[in-house]
Amino acid sequence: MISEELNNKRIAITGATGFLGTALVERLLRSVPDSELVLIVRPGRRGAQNRVDRDIFRNDAFERIRHTFDDESNETFEEMCKRRVSAVAGDVGVDGLGLEPEGLARLATCDIVIHSAATVSFDSALDDAVEINLLGPMRVAAAMREAAAARTEPTRGGLKPGEPAHLIAVSTCYVAGSRRGSAPEELIDESPFFVDVAWEAEVDSARRVRIDAEQASRTPGRLSELAKQSRRSLGAAGGPALTDKVEQLRRQWVDEQLTKAGRARASSLGFPDAYAFTKALGERALVETRADVPVSIVRPSIIESAFAEPSPGWIRGFRMAEPVIAAYARGLLKEFPGIPEGVVDIIPVDFVVATILAVAARGPELGEDETPRPDVVQIASGTANPLMYGELVDLVRSWFNDHPVYDERNQPISVPEWSFPGRGRVVRQLGRARKGLDLGERVLHVLPLRGRQADLSADLEERKEQLDRANGYVELYGAYAECEALYQLDRMYTLWDSLDPQDQRDFCMDPRVLDWTTYVQSIHLPSMVKQARLKMAPGAKSSESRSSRLRKQVLSPERQLAVFDLENTLIASNVVASYAWLATRHLNTTDRVSFTLKTLREAPALLSLDRQDRSDFLRYFYRRFEGAPVELMARDSREMLSDLLITKSFPAGIRRVRQHRALGHKTLLITGALDFVVEPLRPLFDHMITAEMTTTNGSYDGQLSAVPPTGEARYQTLVDFAEAHDLDLRQAVAYADSSSDLPMLEAVGFPVAVNAETKLASIARRRGWLVEHWQKSAGAPNRVLPIGPRARRSPAFNRRKALA
Amino acid sequence: MNRSDPRGRAPRPGFVLDVDKSTPPILFHHGEQFRLEKLPAGRSRMIYPAEPLAGLDDPDEAIRQALLNPINEDPLPALLRPGMKLTIAFDDLSLPLPSMRQPDIRQRIIEQVLDMAAAAAVDDVHLIAALALHRRMTEAELRHALGDRIYDAFAPHETLYNHDAEDPDGMVELGLTRHDEQVTMNRRAAESDLLIYVNLNIVSMDGGWKSTATGLSDYAGVRHHHNVATMQQSKSFMDRHSSELHHSNWRQGEVIKAHGPRIFQIETTINNNTFGYDGPLSVLQKREWEWSARDRATFIGMKNALDVTPSAARRKIFQAWQAPYELTSVQAGEVEGVHEKTLENVFAQHIVPVEGQTDVLTFGLPYICPYNVNSVMNPILVMCLGLGYFFNLYRGRPLVREGGVVIMSHPTPWEFHPVHHPSYIDFFEQVLADTTDPVEIEKRYEKQFAYDEWYIHLYRNSYAYHGVHPFYMWYWGAHALQWLGRVIVVGGDPRSVRRLGFQPASTMQDALEMAADVVGPRPSITHFHNPPILMADVS
Repeated sequence: MISEELNNKRIAITGATGFLGTALVERLLRSVPDSELVLIVRPGRRGAQNRVDRDIFRNDAFERIRHTFDDESNETFEEMCKRRVSAVAGDVGVDGLGLEPEGLARLATCDIVIHSAATVSFDSALDDAVEINLLGPMRVAAAMREAAAARTEPTRGGLKPGEPAHLIAVSTCYVAGSRRGSAPEELIDESPFFVDVAWEAEVDSARRVRIDAEQASRTPGRLSELAKQSRRSLGAAGGPALTDKVEQLRRQWVDEQLTKAGRARASSLGFPDAYAFTKALGERALVETRADVPVSIVRPSIIESAFAEPSPGWIRGFRMAEPVIAAYARGLLKEFPGIPEGVVDIIPVDFVVATILAVAARGPELGEDETPRPDVVQIASGTANPLMYGELVDLVRSWFNDHPVYDERNQPISVPEWSFPGRGRVVRQLGRARKGLDLGERVLHVLPLRGRQADLSADLEERKEQLDRANGYVELYGAYAECEALYQLDRMYTLWDSLDPQDQRDFCMDPRVLDWTTYVQSIHLPSMVKQARLKMAPGAKSSESRSSRLRKQVLSPERQLAVFDLENTLIASNVVASYAWLATRHLNTTDRVSFTLKTLREAPALLSLDRQDRSDFLRYFYRRFEGAPVELMARDSREMLSDLLITKSFPAGIRRVRQHRALGHKTLLITGALDFVVEPLRPLFDHMITAEMTTTNGSYDGQLSAVPPTGEARYQTLVDFAEAHDLDLRQAVAYADSSSDLPMLEAVGFPVAVNAETKLASIARRRGWLVEHWQKSAGAPNRVLPIGPRARRSPAFNRRKALA
Repeated sequence: MNRSDPRGRAPRPGFVLDVDKSTPPILFHHGEQFRLEKLPAGRSRMIYPAEPLAGLDDPDEAIRQALLNPINEDPLPALLRPGMKLTIAFDDLSLPLPSMRQPDIRQRIIEQVLDMAAAAAVDDVHLIAALALHRRMTEAELRHALGDRIYDAFAPHETLYNHDAEDPDGMVELGLTRHDEQVTMNRRAAESDLLIYVNLNIVSMDGGWKSTATGLSDYAGVRHHHNVATMQQSKSFMDRHSSELHHSNWRQGEVIKAHGPRIFQIETTINNNTFGYDGPLSVLQKREWEWSARDRATFIGMKNALDVTPSAARRKIFQAWQAPYELTSVQAGEVEGVHEKTLENVFAQHIVPVEGQTDVLTFGLPYICPYNVNSVMNPILVMCLGLGYFFNLYRGRPLVREGGVVIMSHPTPWEFHPVHHPSYIDFFEQVLADTTDPVEIEKRYEKQFAYDEWYIHLYRNSYAYHGVHPFYMWYWGAHALQWLGRVIVVGGDPRSVRRLGFQPASTMQDALEMAADVVGPRPSITHFHNPPILMADVS
């Protein structure tokens, strides 16, 4: 009996926070009531125990056992866990597992170690995969030897000091590589197809790839390319924001190089990806270096949601097939490579758990000389009860036909027919679509779009991301879908046959019991759509309700400060327009025409300077005010309030400022516009921070007296202001329209993108910021050119003369 | 002495026409467009305004005579002396509608007054646009009303300016009425030795004590009559002797008489020549069955052209129209005596006797009302023009029976002038979204808007109506809202019509069917064929 065999044992588990690990912990706690567990987890910032409590026991896998404890036992679930489970901080990516002496002593008390920690992400960087998947099992074995040597008294299961525990290493069927035909349960190097490579050399080379990539990422050419990219995505967001972005992009680039390197190396050796490749070498390294540690290797195929234990459909995280299926249900993925007759080898997680526990209960396999020898057990469905790719597609399609996913307009999405194209064709198709979107995006980014049109470009970006993801799936999993290896289960069935009928009932691992229609349609998909949070009913959530929720937050009385940008946030105008208005006010008709033509001619150059750096632009542009009389500017600005500022204002924006004020929030205008231009708006705000020019003899001299508050200077201005007025920026709301305002928007707790230009629109959407579309009042006089109405200078009339 | 009539015959009075099968489709003003509607024969009637009375042959001479022979007052020259403080207040942009061709009557009068003042060596003269809580007039608008000569003589010296009801130093309180109503007045006007007020009395609501008590007052003064209770008791506010609005102004007048400056009131009346005897719009003041082939062609051409013109351009075309109004009378002197004479002259042009009330009353609302000269007729102004002005153009009883239906025709676009009507935008977006009940609105929102610093800033420094002004627009319709069973707007933007609390209908036929739900089948229908202006004397 499995439970009897394991009842008196203490079992260490790595990877307990993962999908398989969580299932193992749950099963042991529930079905082997006297077993004890030592969970080796990376401590993170919260510490190992905390991680175990939060990341493992809060999972819904434990709902079932929690209930039995609440109802039947005089001990609570938490008390039971405290009694039977201990957490040890450790990391399989580090030699010696990074164990503290107490941790090692804890490990020494264990009879069995189940190593299920792995990086399963199919696009992880080569060196990460090497550290964890390749070196991990070996390090666990080494730590076990050390622990056994340090052991002073026998374990619960009776292991004497010096006697190592039984290591069960979880691997994957795909270590067999991409090949057709039979893949038996044998050690890697026993396979005739194995290309003999030294794992040590692979480790060295992977580490070197990282160093080289880091190096390459720092070459001037690469850095300037990255700087260009960051400017393209953020616009004139100012120095700090751009450098942050460059560094982020550089790291991303390095990781990409490592992923690429991994995939290339794997495929050169006949593996579908770096995961299978590193797992295979990991098995080999483990077997080679195990010394006296008894080793069993369990190789599952693709692990999917539970068939029955702890509950039908239980799944943790988003696994391999789910993103693909979700993308299909959303109508994003129209085609996925694969041959309809091909086998999709999936196995429910509870079958894998049962296999591992059966191996654990059985103990190490003994060789002819009665000493333990490494053995391999595979658990897969492909040979005993194959699910054909075509069959799976039909099941998924018919289920989504009956249970469609709804789009944001509450329309059901109809799932496409599947045509089983080859991988190359799908990749080409996606590539073409991507190229189209790229072009569209580049065009949209160049156009000076705002508000709803800019949203269009954010839509495009979202579509591109989805396409990228779909493309990723095809690249990553395509190799699996096309894999036609048949994983033999002889040893697994030997194990199965050795179980007594009670165990066969409780710990089912025979894939022949699976009815695929039931499993896919009644167990897996219903649970998967919940996990993926797909919208399965109309009307649940719309973006409108989201906006109004965000708006309520923004207008909550707890907020302390509301900061507003001016141009295109409150007013559809800019410094050029106000300059033109002021400058033309005292010109005659011919001069007006030539002024207008001159300004139009300059416009492209000005626009591009503005895109490069806002404060440079302002400094350059404001030189034109040289010699302008202070008093005249003040007088004309009063008139400009009506004719330009209010005429071009967004009434909803002005109302918002006033709403903030009415709620008792401080209102602050930060603008690169000149002080005298915005002076008439003063009653609207509690404070205004503007650009200011120096004066000589009552005239402006075209020089700014300080750095204009734009970009990062605006951020600093805001921070200083908040400090001086004792305001909490986390309780501040900021309204702005351009990516050059990013530093300011990121500094506050409640950023709002108003009539955002393309870049900001996509950033705002990604980060879930409130987006407002404010418009000029319908009915506002519409003037194409910002030309000031002429100040009329009729012949100076002497009043006396008039009366004569 | 009247000059010879361009029509070659005496003007015909207004009258009521019963609609029969032979009645052609009827002109409905529809904002900056027109509609032709056929009303059901046998139960519909139309009220037509009187044709324009003949204008005075020599307006300048008539003005001179009025100034030299005032009613209950000494001749103007006798009131002028060197060293005195003289203030001339005049009606603002809201009169007349539409603006009149130059020379404006205000210019004609003020030029003569200034001549007399110069002759009397009066040095200290101020000219004030008596706009109460309306928007400031622009330079161009002042030049239009007063002429360049006056503008250039006074404006540079800042002795010609707009009244500022929010100038903290610019107002004085003259006292309380016997009903405890505050009386406030522009400081310069109040402290003058003589205040001359120049009126343009386009309808019977204008003039009398309302000129000084309202036009030169502020929120503290006007709130005593510009409120829901008063407006609901003004039946109608066009009928001075049955109007609580005027009673209150007259009480304030008593205080002004006792504690204010000496007032020399000048009132003028104009005829109904809104669209001209010839020219492109003349067809609008003719009766449909008398349209000549040429009239018909002009109208159809104009209508078709307008239908394809963008609304902004249409607005420009209409706002550019200046009416060839002619002066029909001018009287000067003591306020009340002058005003009674004025009323007689206004009524002579406007009054049309009508027998009995109607179930359904229809209006075609034109493109202009007192508050959107050179601006946009926003939905609130549509309500005010229909249920305020048109509904109240009655004497005796309302034209429509209690519980009856008003059907108005206007596109009612969701459009606002951001400079002129900022508080209207917020009133529409916030207040009306909450309630359309005038009592509730007054109770919950009026003060907040009236004392709002931003609106006050815009009123004083930009060209905005005062923050409280949209409330007055709503109160102006309070009597109608209380009286009517339903209001339907034909051809209006359904969103803004619903926001106003009215029902949108796309055709007159639909509107009549919707009206039948309220007043029963086969209701009697009366069409109020205005403008040119008429006032129904309902028996």
